[in-house]
Amino acid sequence: MIDKKTVYYVAALARLRIEDAEAERFARNLDDILQYIDKLNKLDVDGVRPTSHVLAVENVYRDDKVLPSLSPEEAFSFAVEQHERHYKVPKVIE
Amino acid sequence: MSIPALSAHELMALMNAGKASKEEIAAAYFERARGLNSKTHAFLRLEAAPEFPAATSVTLPLPIAMKDNICVKNRLTTCASKILDGFRPPYDACVVEKIKASGGVIIGSANMDEFAFGSSTETSSYGITRNPWDLERVPGGSSGGSATAVAAGQAVWALGSDTGGSIRQPAAFCGIVGMKPTYGRVSRYGLIAFGSSLDQIGPLTQDVTDCAMLLNIIAGYDRRDSTSVDKPVPDYTQALVRDVKGLRIGIPKEYFIDGMQPAVEKSVREAIEVLKKQGAVVKELSLPHTEYAVATYYIVATAEASSNLARFDGVQYGLRVVPDKTRKSPLVDMYEATREQGFGDEAKRRIMLGTYVLSSGYYDAYYLRAQKVRTLIKRDFEQAFGEVDVILSPTAPTTAFKVGEKLADPLAMYLSDIFTIPANLAGIPALSLPCGFDDNHLPVGLQLMARPFDEETLLRVAFSYEQATAWYLRRAVL
Repeated sequence: MIDKKTVYYVAALARLRIEDAEAERFARNLDDILQYIDKLNKLDVDGVRPTSHVLAVENVYRDDKVLPSLSPEEAFSFAVEQHERHYKVPKVIE
Repeated sequence: MSIPALSAHELMALMNAGKASKEEIAAAYFERARGLNSKTHAFLRLEAAPEFPAATSVTLPLPIAMKDNICVKNRLTTCASKILDGFRPPYDACVVEKIKASGGVIIGSANMDEFAFGSSTETSSYGITRNPWDLERVPGGSSGGSATAVAAGQAVWALGSDTGGSIRQPAAFCGIVGMKPTYGRVSRYGLIAFGSSLDQIGPLTQDVTDCAMLLNIIAGYDRRDSTSVDKPVPDYTQALVRDVKGLRIGIPKEYFIDGMQPAVEKSVREAIEVLKKQGAVVKELSLPHTEYAVATYYIVATAEASSNLARFDGVQYGLRVVPDKTRKSPLVDMYEATREQGFGDEAKRRIMLGTYVLSSGYYDAYYLRAQKVRTLIKRDFEQAFGEVDVILSPTAPTTAFKVGEKLADPLAMYLSDIFTIPANLAGIPALSLPCGFDDNHLPVGLQLMARPFDEETLLRVAFSYEQATAWYLRRAVL
């Protein structure tokens, strides 16, 4: 059962801020969905290997060679705030 | 000369016969895109004027709509989310490079559900898109803008992305052709990620011939996407032959469920007869784990989404909200305020669900179990493809629903992808094409699924069916 407390806990993990008025609605929505998802417990999955990638692909390596890529100027062109090729953020330590 | 909405191959024929220039074609489509957008809102943003790229090999210089989660250099790319407001990528997605290299002209950014989270294009942060067949109805989603643009003649063709049906379901709702290629067939470099083990870029077109032509442009290996597969790309137009003699088509009984719209079932059953008449061997079969696909998907997809969307925190790009009053740390406050204001309801819901199923104490019960069930779903298909060459089903259980009808009930919305989700979980290619209309004159979609990297068989069956019927010739009148 998902209650408001769980919603706040999960929201904090995900760095989301949830207003009081929304928390109840989200709790209800998530509870509905998790109840539906519960049907997976009907299945016996002992000994079944999990699928994380659908194709039979092994590790993909590349040669350690420098290839053309974005220049630092281009890469920082979308920065909200920057200082000498670093992203600038609000103060972390007083 | 005014150029009507035609298919890409018809326009190429006009051009090759000297009856129209690429400039005239682009001008006609730009005018129509602008003129109709107040009705459909297929596009979030339209280019001011056609820009013909300095192409390396001009083969298809036609106007195309680009879903708003595909990066176009120096153009706003927002995933229809406020959190990417102001984001202008410094590079082109691989598919955009390829479109430009073929001479393609981007008309604008097509609307979508925010971060592709939805089946109706109603979760866009910048307003809904309307179905060209009935403006009171949704175009489907999440690639609803791309599908509408093609169906309304606002673009010759479009690219979309498909994580659980986001190309095929809107193609079905809008009466056009949409294909999700095999996982790994098309590079996702420059596609803003949603569910990385599921996402695939694909074409939305007016007919099957156009689908093959557009797939020819975008398919292929790309070193910048380590999930793309280094496998030769055939000329898909060679698969456009009317021949299904002896081809084995499987009809999964789990895809004909209680509660599906009778007109959908009727149209799909008639389509089966059309293919039978052409010599296809039709066989009923079972994909026994189908009923677990939606539940599996909403664990895997939201888990991946919550991880992929962690990068939107106000630090690097897009929106940054710095609150006046700080609660704990100014940095954490910035993260939370940015994400609170930047994400819409559905994005927050999916991030929370994904975070929950990955959180300590729940990982094994949800995420790991879902990955195991995914194996069972994939095995269902492997077994079926030992007996048949193609699996045929409806694309969606209903035709286009009314605006607002399912918005308040997330679970009901999720179930509209019940027939499209399994192909993403199994990584196989799937295509939707028109196969009839319901009593409200709304298009019905037929779905075909095939073995990994067997897009050619999909195209052959789709082409054979399309040419034997004339559904694809009907156009929405706006």
